[in-house]
Amino acid sequence: MKFGKFLLSRIATFLLVIFIGVTTVFFVPRLMPNDPVEAMIGQMTSNAGSMSPEAVEQMRESMNSLFGLDGSVMHQYLDFFKRVVISHDFGPSLSAYPTPVMQMIARALPWTLGLMLTTTVLSWLIGNLIGLLAGFRKDKPLSKFLEGIAILMYPIPYYIFALLLIMFFCYLLPVFPLSFVVQGEGFNWVHIKSILWNCFLPALSLILVGFGWWVISMKTMVSNANEEEYVKFARLKGLHEGRIMRRYVMPNVMLPQVTNLALQIGGIFNGALVTEILFGFPGLGSLIYQGILQSDYNLIMGTITISVISVALTTFVIDLLYPFLDPRIRYS
Amino acid sequence: MAGKKNKTNKYWNFRLKMGAVLLCVFLVIGFIMPVFCKVSPVEWQSYSRNMDPTAEHWLGTTGLGQDVFWLLAYSVRNSFLVGIGVAFFATAIGVFMGLLAGFKGGWADRIITLLTDSFIVIPSLPILILISSMMKGTAPLFYVAVVLVIFNWPWPARQVRSMALTLKERDFINTALFSGESTGKIILKEIFPFVMNWSLANFINTILVAIAAESSLAVIGMSSNTTATLGTMIYWANEHQAMLAGRWVWIGAPVVSTALIFIGLFLTMTGAQQMWAKRRGTNA
Repeated sequence: MKFGKFLLSRIATFLLVIFIGVTTVFFVPRLMPNDPVEAMIGQMTSNAGSMSPEAVEQMRESMNSLFGLDGSVMHQYLDFFKRVVISHDFGPSLSAYPTPVMQMIARALPWTLGLMLTTTVLSWLIGNLIGLLAGFRKDKPLSKFLEGIAILMYPIPYYIFALLLIMFFCYLLPVFPLSFVVQGEGFNWVHIKSILWNCFLPALSLILVGFGWWVISMKTMVSNANEEEYVKFARLKGLHEGRIMRRYVMPNVMLPQVTNLALQIGGIFNGALVTEILFGFPGLGSLIYQGILQSDYNLIMGTITISVISVALTTFVIDLLYPFLDPRIRYS
Repeated sequence: MAGKKNKTNKYWNFRLKMGAVLLCVFLVIGFIMPVFCKVSPVEWQSYSRNMDPTAEHWLGTTGLGQDVFWLLAYSVRNSFLVGIGVAFFATAIGVFMGLLAGFKGGWADRIITLLTDSFIVIPSLPILILISSMMKGTAPLFYVAVVLVIFNWPWPARQVRSMALTLKERDFINTALFSGESTGKIILKEIFPFVMNWSLANFINTILVAIAAESSLAVIGMSSNTTATLGTMIYWANEHQAMLAGRWVWIGAPVVSTALIFIGLFLTMTGAQQMWAKRRGTNA
C-alpha cells in the first residue's frame, strides 16, 4: 500500500522530468532567431557533391518533421513525443549519412554508461571508505592529511582534472595515448588491454572529481555519529572498534550517501560529457560534439534527448533502490 | 570538550582566512588590474607571438600575440561577473520560492516542489549545449547566464523550503502570528535572519557552480567564444595546440587560476559557515 504510493510519486516525478526535458529540446530550436533547418539545407547544397537531390529532399522532410515544421505546432509536438517515446527515431545522421542517429547513439551509449557507472561506483566506494576511516580516527595525522587533500580537490571542476592529466601523462610524460584508438576485436586480451589502457585517464579524472565530496561528507557524518549515545554505549560495553565501525556507525551514515548519489547523477553525467570530449572517448559526449562541429542537428537533438532520458532513468532507479536499503523507511 | 571545539573552530577560521586571501588576489587581478591595461587583451597580434615571460609581459604572450597576463585578468573578471550575477539571481529567486512553498503550503507548495525536484535531476549541460549549438558559439554571455539562473534556483528553493517548514513550527512564529503580524512581515523580520546566513553560503556556492558551468561550455567552444573568460582562454589555447607546442604558461595560467579560484571560494564558504555556527553557539 504505502510502497505503491511511494512508487507512484517517484514515477510522477520521473515522467515530469522526461516531459520537461523533451519539451525543452523540442522548443529550443523553434525559439532561435535563425532557422536551423534552412541553415543546414543551405550548407548541404553548398557541398552537395556527396548527396543526391533526392537525398537532400528526404533530409529536408525528415528534418522538417523532427523540428516540427509541418502541421500545427501542437500536432508536431505530439509527433515529436511519439518519435522519442515510441519509435525512438531521430532520422538519419547528416555527418554520417545515411546511418540512423539512433544506431550511432546505440553504439556510443554503452561506452558512456560503462565509463560513468564504473567511475561513479569506484569513486563512491573509495571516497566513502577513506571518509569512514578518517572520520572514525579523526585525530590521526593521516586522517587530517587526507581530509585536507579532499578539501583542496573537491571544488576543482572536472575539466581541470582532465586537462591536468592530459598535460602530465600525454605530453610531459607520454605514458598514455593522446587519442582514443582501440586495437583488436572480440573477447581477447589484446582488445581488453587496449580498452583499459585507453580508458584509464578519462576514468581516473572522473574518479578524482567525485572523490573529494564523498570523503568530506562521509568524514563529517562519521565523526558526528561517533559522538552519539549508542556508539558510546557500545564502547562502554567493550565492543571491538572494528565492530563498532561496521555495525553501529556505518549503516547509519551510508543511507544519506545513497540519496546524495541520486542527486549527483546529473552532475556526474555533465562531467562525463566534457571529459569524453577532451579525451576523444567514443561516447555520447563525443557524439554531441561531432554533431555540433558538423552542424548535424538530427544528431544533436537525438543525443541531447537521450542524455536527458538516461540521466532521469538512472536517478529514478537509484531512488527506487533506496527503500530496500533502509529498514526504517516510511515511504513518505 | 569545550577546548576541543575551540580548536576545530580555529582550524576553520584558518580556512576562511586562506579562502579570503586567495579570493582577494583574484579579485584584484580581475577588477583592479584591467584598469591599467592599455590594449584590448583579446585583440590578436598586439605583440609578437610566443614570447617567454619578461618584465614587460609577466606571463609572456600567446600564440596569437596576446599578453597572457592581461588576457587572464579579463578572463577572471568576466568569469566572476557571470558567477556573481547568476548566483545573485538564482539565490534570490530560490529563497523567495522556498519561503513561498514552505509558508503558503497547499498548491503553491506542491507545484514548486514538483518543479524543483525535476529541475534538480535534469542534466543542465546537454540543454546548455543544445542552446549554444543553435547559436554556434556566438551566444552573448548574457544568454548563457540566464539559462544558468534557470537551472540553479531549484537547489536553494528546496533547501529553504525545508528550513521554512521547521521554522513554521517554532513558538516565536506562532506568537507573531497570533499577535496579528502580517505574513510578509513575519517572513521578512522573523524568518529571514535565519535563512540569511544559509543564503550567503549558497550565494558563494552558486558563484562556483556558475563559473564551472560557463567554463565547461567554453572549454568545448560552446560559450561566447569571443568573450574572454577562463573557459574560452583554455579553449583558444587548446585550439591552437598550446600543449603540443609546449606553451605551458598559456594553457597553464587559466587552468591553475581556475583551480585556485575554486579552492578560494570553497574555503571561504565552509570557513564562513563554521564561523556562523560558532557565533550562534555563543549567543545561545
